[in-house]
Amino acid sequence: MLVTLALVYELWVNSALSRHQFGWHFFVTQTWDPVAGQFGALPFIYGTVVTSMVALVLAVPAGVGAAIFLSELAPRKLSDAMTFLIELLAAVPSVIYGVIGMFVLLPVIKEYAYPALKNTLGWTPLFQGPFYGVSFLSAGIVLAVMILPFIVSVSRQVLMAVPQDQREGALALGATKWEMTWKVVVPFAKQGIFGSIFLALARALGETMAVTMVIGNDPKIHASLFAPGYSIAAIIANEFTEATSDAYISSLINLGLVLFALTIVINGVARLLIHATSRHSAQPA
Amino acid sequence: MTSAGRRRRRDAVNNVMLTLTGLSTLLICGLLFFVLGYLFLKGASTLDWAFFTELPKPVGETGGGMANAIVGSAKMLALATAIGVPIGFLGGVYLAEYGQKGFAFVVQYLTDLLNGVPSIVIGIFAYTVVVLRMHHFSTLAGGVALGIMMIPIAVRSTEEFLHAVPRGLREGALALGAPKWRMLATVVVPAAKQGIITGIMLDLARVAGETAPLLFTSFGNQFWSPGFNQPAASLPAMIFKYATSPYADWHRQAFAAGFVLLMLILTINVSARLILSRSRLSRAR
Repeated sequence: MLVTLALVYELWVNSALSRHQFGWHFFVTQTWDPVAGQFGALPFIYGTVVTSMVALVLAVPAGVGAAIFLSELAPRKLSDAMTFLIELLAAVPSVIYGVIGMFVLLPVIKEYAYPALKNTLGWTPLFQGPFYGVSFLSAGIVLAVMILPFIVSVSRQVLMAVPQDQREGALALGATKWEMTWKVVVPFAKQGIFGSIFLALARALGETMAVTMVIGNDPKIHASLFAPGYSIAAIIANEFTEATSDAYISSLINLGLVLFALTIVINGVARLLIHATSRHSAQPA
Repeated sequence: MTSAGRRRRRDAVNNVMLTLTGLSTLLICGLLFFVLGYLFLKGASTLDWAFFTELPKPVGETGGGMANAIVGSAKMLALATAIGVPIGFLGGVYLAEYGQKGFAFVVQYLTDLLNGVPSIVIGIFAYTVVVLRMHHFSTLAGGVALGIMMIPIAVRSTEEFLHAVPRGLREGALALGAPKWRMLATVVVPAAKQGIITGIMLDLARVAGETAPLLFTSFGNQFWSPGFNQPAASLPAMIFKYATSPYADWHRQAFAAGFVLLMLILTINVSARLILSRSRLSRAR
């Protein structure tokens, strides 16, 4: 309510200095050097976008697949039990994912995934260079795990909202269960599934702790996913309490504003999409 | 291809996809058990009484606990409840019972957006509003940040459960001559009480694990923090600090703290959901 508006206002006012000082330049320069008073946001925006994309690529197939299984293919009791478990997974705090990511995921990627990827896909620019464990890739994987429950539970709800006669019609025409799901139910719920993906994307963009712990915190732009990077949320978490000059702190708040605007837009789109599907299916076919 | 051959192929596709989607579901559920199991192995073994009763020891000395962080977390959560729940509850009552079409929609939309705002941005907001004005970090600021995070879900769950109260109850109260506020206070809200309380429990469980907004509001503290006016430790922030430190003994403590936090959150979650599903069953009967 009012709080949301107050929030926008405070962010706007407090980032005024950096906007005034750096203007649009802020978003396209790459140097982040607090000592010299140089603040460019591009590496962080880049890192945020790249890690979120990695997360989506990994999480969407598994998430939508699981949602289809739970709503269409699995027996009702099994589906309920598994949905319960998946919703618990969403309740695990992000700092715990960060801890697991640091102590379990990093060594595993380094030991197994890195050599495998390097050997098979090493010729692409995405998988080059040395690997220290902390990287865009690791952050993306942790994020993928964190957004999975959201994709599953929202997609599942959307799929369940598809009217029963659509399914029966397909089965009556002799479709197998999979054909019914893929050719009738999924197209029907397509918008809503996209909505769930956008919702997950907004989560991934704003996620702070787990990313901070595995991304490596290096404010540079690298093409390779093996390289360490930085994200908007991570730099705010790391440097906010250490920011000394006014321009420094106002730049960080400006970054917060960017993040805020991004997630608001994506969330808005997601809600419209989900809303559209549920209204669509509420009408009698 | 013969029709029998085609049929066989279609059945094969059906089975393959059934297995694939089922596997991704299993994988996701497996993740939960992995997280639980890992923290149990690493955390529970080092958990002892000192963890709950002693202050953190300086680096190099083994032992010590996180009593101050546990108390700090509890204080902030109490404060957050005191701030977030009344606002959220009244907002929900307004939306469900009094809301006019246009304005209620705007309020609802803003609430949803607030729900999607990354926690770190909420932290910046609490920082500019509370910390900058008071000129130091405090328990109060942490509580405010968490309280703001609690509002949207409190609004949502209040609204939802008020909507679920049968029309007959309302009409009965009005028919007896009760004014609207009386009907709400003595009939509708008590009828929805259980649902609203479980909603708030889930809400509390969600913010209990939040770390990002606490880093620069309550900051952290190695000692006791009397009152609400000083920097204070909290469990999630301690986990972050300890896990990212280079000391093996601190890592051990971080796992123990992670285990305690996760158990707390999952217990609240499971019990709230059990209560919910039981009351839904009895209503359906």
